[in-house]
Amino acid sequence: MFLAPWIIGFLVFTAGPMVVSLFLSFTDYSFVQAPTPVGTSNYAQLFSDPRIGKALGNTFIYAALFVPLGTVVSLLLGMLLLRVGRAAGFFRTAFYLPVMTPAVAAAGMFLMLLNGQNGLVNHVLGWVGIQGPQWTTDPAWLKPSLAMVSLWTVGGSIVIFLAALKNVPQQLYEAALLDGAGPVRRFFSVTLPMISGTVFFIVITHTISALQMFDQAYTMFYGPQQKATASDDSLVYMVYLFQQAFQFFHMGFASAMAWLLFVIILVITAIQVRVGNRFVYYEGGPTR
Amino acid sequence: MTDLETPQRADAHVVPVTNAAPPTRDWRPQGGLRGVGRVLYLAALTVATLAFVYPLVWLVSAAVKPKDQVFDNRLWPREFRWQNFADVFAAGPVVQWLVNSVTVSLAAAITVTLSSALVAFGFSYFQFRYRSALFGLVLATMMLPGAVTMIPVYLIWNHVGLVNTQIPLWAQNLFGSAFYIFLLRQFFLGIPRELFDAARVDGCSYAGLFWRIALPLCRPALVIVFVFELQASWSDLLKPLIYLQTPEFFTMPRGLKQIIDGFALSGEYHWEVAMAASLVATIPMIIVFAFAQRSFLDGLATQGRQG
Repeated sequence: MFLAPWIIGFLVFTAGPMVVSLFLSFTDYSFVQAPTPVGTSNYAQLFSDPRIGKALGNTFIYAALFVPLGTVVSLLLGMLLLRVGRAAGFFRTAFYLPVMTPAVAAAGMFLMLLNGQNGLVNHVLGWVGIQGPQWTTDPAWLKPSLAMVSLWTVGGSIVIFLAALKNVPQQLYEAALLDGAGPVRRFFSVTLPMISGTVFFIVITHTISALQMFDQAYTMFYGPQQKATASDDSLVYMVYLFQQAFQFFHMGFASAMAWLLFVIILVITAIQVRVGNRFVYYEGGPTR
Repeated sequence: MTDLETPQRADAHVVPVTNAAPPTRDWRPQGGLRGVGRVLYLAALTVATLAFVYPLVWLVSAAVKPKDQVFDNRLWPREFRWQNFADVFAAGPVVQWLVNSVTVSLAAAITVTLSSALVAFGFSYFQFRYRSALFGLVLATMMLPGAVTMIPVYLIWNHVGLVNTQIPLWAQNLFGSAFYIFLLRQFFLGIPRELFDAARVDGCSYAGLFWRIALPLCRPALVIVFVFELQASWSDLLKPLIYLQTPEFFTMPRGLKQIIDGFALSGEYHWEVAMAASLVATIPMIIVFAFAQRSFLDGLATQGRQG
């Protein structure tokens, strides 16, 4: 009764499509013609297509930059806000505003801010004597640029960390203080264990979204203006999947790509859960 | 607190609905800061705040600069060129795009809030066989990347002839969304069971329980879901790229991408027009946020405690 919407939606828009997608991944399907079975050749192509390797590599580099940085930065900012006291509301709003900015607008704006010659970022870096890189054209700096755009929108995690930090019982700090623990020790022995569940949650959600990043990369580096000779240094996995499915209409191959992504996400999440269980402290018991 | 003689504390009227900590709490976990520490702290706070807010200020400024000054990084433009906005609205059916985006995001947010709440209520109130297994399935779908279902779902909409309409952009939300179901269920579980039982005794129907008790008590959670989805839908580029071909049907991000491509990334490099268009696409969300931010951020914070 009450579950009916979800059950219908699950069958029509999740379970059904999953079966179809699995079927398509073993076919050659160009959308105009009926799918023809090709066995596992799409999956073989996943390993032979150099752009897959490139796209996966770029996505991993981006995720490896964004997930740790995003987590640490939002935790640090959360701790910063914790001390603000009554004005925390104002700063919380300020840090969340970028999240409301549409991804396309943020990406377009950062193309300018990160401009190698005249961008604001390099301008500011110049004040402290750093010659900033060509963020948007140097192949090595494209992934850091994308990570930077995403870092700008970690407001949600900041708010969540702030709330978790507020929830750490004060007595624990008092006890640690009496035992003569310094600030660093207090952070690692009290704060971090007490918010480990939140850290875990943020890391997992950041990872899953980072592996599927599309909007920023596509806005900044792809589209009609893209030069035919453009390198693949900013090609992330979802952009390539989108190209294969809806620009080249290799829908069978794109389906195989989607399943590979699913498997990668499952494996990475499983590893994170494993590692997480060792470190995460749950209130009311050492483990679940 | 039951003793009426006890002087009421300032925050005594605040009844924590969830396991929320009392809102007023100004202890400093690591002691007050003095001297150099305080200066460093204020400096860090200022730099961080600027890093998050200044790009938006910069955007507003860049949007009103003439072409040759748009890269000058001055806060206050030397010259104002309001014509930029006229250029934006002449660059395509921008008003139509805004209307489309408003329609689509509202439809997406309203439908997903109601349907997810309905399902979440089903999962929290009723006991039935396989409940935890089914709920596990809901959670499992959160891990499924959209890419897996993207192509078959496109084929479905194509089959019923609705590609190049806006319906595929929100209609799936009629069936609830796993993350929101999870989030709302947490809130429904926080409502005391006796409340529902009392209503049942008074002859309230199940629909009444949902509509008249569960929903009103979960207003903060509904606000979170609504704002989250409104923002996600307003910002989404992938679905409009897949489903919309006719410019009249574009949503704002899809149109904005076209403007950025056409004006800034090719041809004459009119970045000022691209920035003005970005500002136009951003302002509606800022307005929404201005109204919703308080309850939204508070709700988000309670969510973090439970998560």
